[in-house]
Amino acid sequence: MKKHQLLISIFILINIYSCKQESLGVSKIEGKQIAIKDSLEIDKDFDAIISPYRARLEEDMNSVISYAPETYTKNNGDLNTAIGNLMADIVFEQGNIVFNKRTTKNIDAVLLNHGGIRSIISKGDITTETAFKVMPFENSIVVVALKGQQIDSMMQYLSEAKRAHPIQGIQLTLDKNYKISKALINGKPIIKNKTYYVATNDYLYNGGDKMRFFKPSDSVYYLDYKIRNAMIDYFKKVDTINPKIDNRFTQTK
Amino acid sequence: MKRRTFIQQSTAATALVTLGGFGFQSCNASVKTKKITILHTNDVHSHIDAFGPEDGRNANQGGVARRATLVEAIRNENPNTLLLDAGDIFQGTPYFNYYGGELEFKLMSKMKYDAATIGNHDFDNGIDGLYAQLPHASFQFLSANYNFKNTVMDTHVKPYHVFKKEGIKIGVFGVGIKLDGLVDKKMYKETDYLDPIEVATDMSRILKEEEQCDLIICLSHLGYYYSKNPNKVCDLSLAKATKNIDLIIGGHTHTFLPKPTVAQNSEGKNVLVNQVGCYGINLGKIDFYFDAENNKTADGTSIIV
Repeated sequence: MKKHQLLISIFILINIYSCKQESLGVSKIEGKQIAIKDSLEIDKDFDAIISPYRARLEEDMNSVISYAPETYTKNNGDLNTAIGNLMADIVFEQGNIVFNKRTTKNIDAVLLNHGGIRSIISKGDITTETAFKVMPFENSIVVVALKGQQIDSMMQYLSEAKRAHPIQGIQLTLDKNYKISKALINGKPIIKNKTYYVATNDYLYNGGDKMRFFKPSDSVYYLDYKIRNAMIDYFKKVDTINPKIDNRFTQTK
Repeated sequence: MKRRTFIQQSTAATALVTLGGFGFQSCNASVKTKKITILHTNDVHSHIDAFGPEDGRNANQGGVARRATLVEAIRNENPNTLLLDAGDIFQGTPYFNYYGGELEFKLMSKMKYDAATIGNHDFDNGIDGLYAQLPHASFQFLSANYNFKNTVMDTHVKPYHVFKKEGIKIGVFGVGIKLDGLVDKKMYKETDYLDPIEVATDMSRILKEEEQCDLIICLSHLGYYYSKNPNKVCDLSLAKATKNIDLIIGGHTHTFLPKPTVAQNSEGKNVLVNQVGCYGINLGKIDFYFDAENNKTADGTSIIV
């Protein structure tokens, strides 16, 4: 009898438990994405918080410093893009002014990373803000003295990455299997023991984007020149930019 | 397993009807459908303002003050709403260069974000730069596979959090991408990276079995999928390798999906994987309807995407 009562209590307990816990299950899931469009009203409270921050920025950002005849994106192009070529060319040109003045040497090549191009350049006026959007990072130009063997590793990296990492001073051609068929620096074959001066940024020099070939290096020159400032300086002296996709990094299909 | 307990409980209930006259129906009557809304963003990258009318790709899209209007409207419709972010809050506009992320956190707090995970760019002013902005954030930071023990972020990041909405327990945990080779070590310092799959396996077990969650969400900054590097751990591989996760909210790859992906987990059950591009152009919205198990249709959960 006692055993029976115990059993009943257990039943009651289970029942209460199951009642409280009444297993709710997911019966339906609806998923969608809502575009944040200008048809949505601006929340006034939020805008009031943003306003003073925005006003301070706009003072600096809105000055027009150059002109873009087209819209340039890093997705337009296979292994080299117009915007990437522009970035590499700017680092080469602006960086070399500082590097040459300081060392009387010249930059042989430039390597940046595709992921480091953070925005498109829209057709129309180029402002200070454009430079901030394309290059928001505080990275600076670094010139690294590399031996020919390291340049080989760099070419190998580029062939394996299969990405449009911006380059200058290098010509790299891959076959249809992404194997290197031609690799030139300054238009000449790579000489194993020769020292080359490659400009990049501090992030990549420190192994960013798995670029492990910069270290160890014979010597490093920190130009204390932010890439973004190099862009702003370049835009200020060029009335209209004109970057193009070219044959610096290609694949024969 | 769940099915078995249910059968056992029904047997008990039936037994009681004969023994004591209690009705199982009496408690069933109290069960009504409940709706949980999950709103999410990823890779907003300091895009406080909407894109300008001249922008070549995203003209007039995005903007925090517009997102705030939308979120408020959705919350008014369903108070049982969670708002989550999958990382890379920082970096991308001069707002970050000038103010270091202060405004991003202030606005997210005002919008009542519940939690965010940490993206690689959230280390862009160093781990100290992230730490310095914490006073402006009133939401949770969740990361289960970054061990911050030997950094200033120690105790400021939790592996998971359980949110309760109308009696429904929602477990949310965070996972982040491998920092080595992506972020300068001098930025993330002694942050330890743990294997995301192992950690996610652990987390989903804890949330399911110990915390008894009704819904399990993984907030991920691993990336959706890497077609050129298919073996790299990503949201799709995480979905496939784990169980009990209902939804993976992703980031990092700035992936615009035409609709949320329905993937299959290690038990062949459905997992929703979603990501809404970047820059605050879109808001993800996933509604979960809860019903008594025995009210469910024969074919289980219907997914409408």
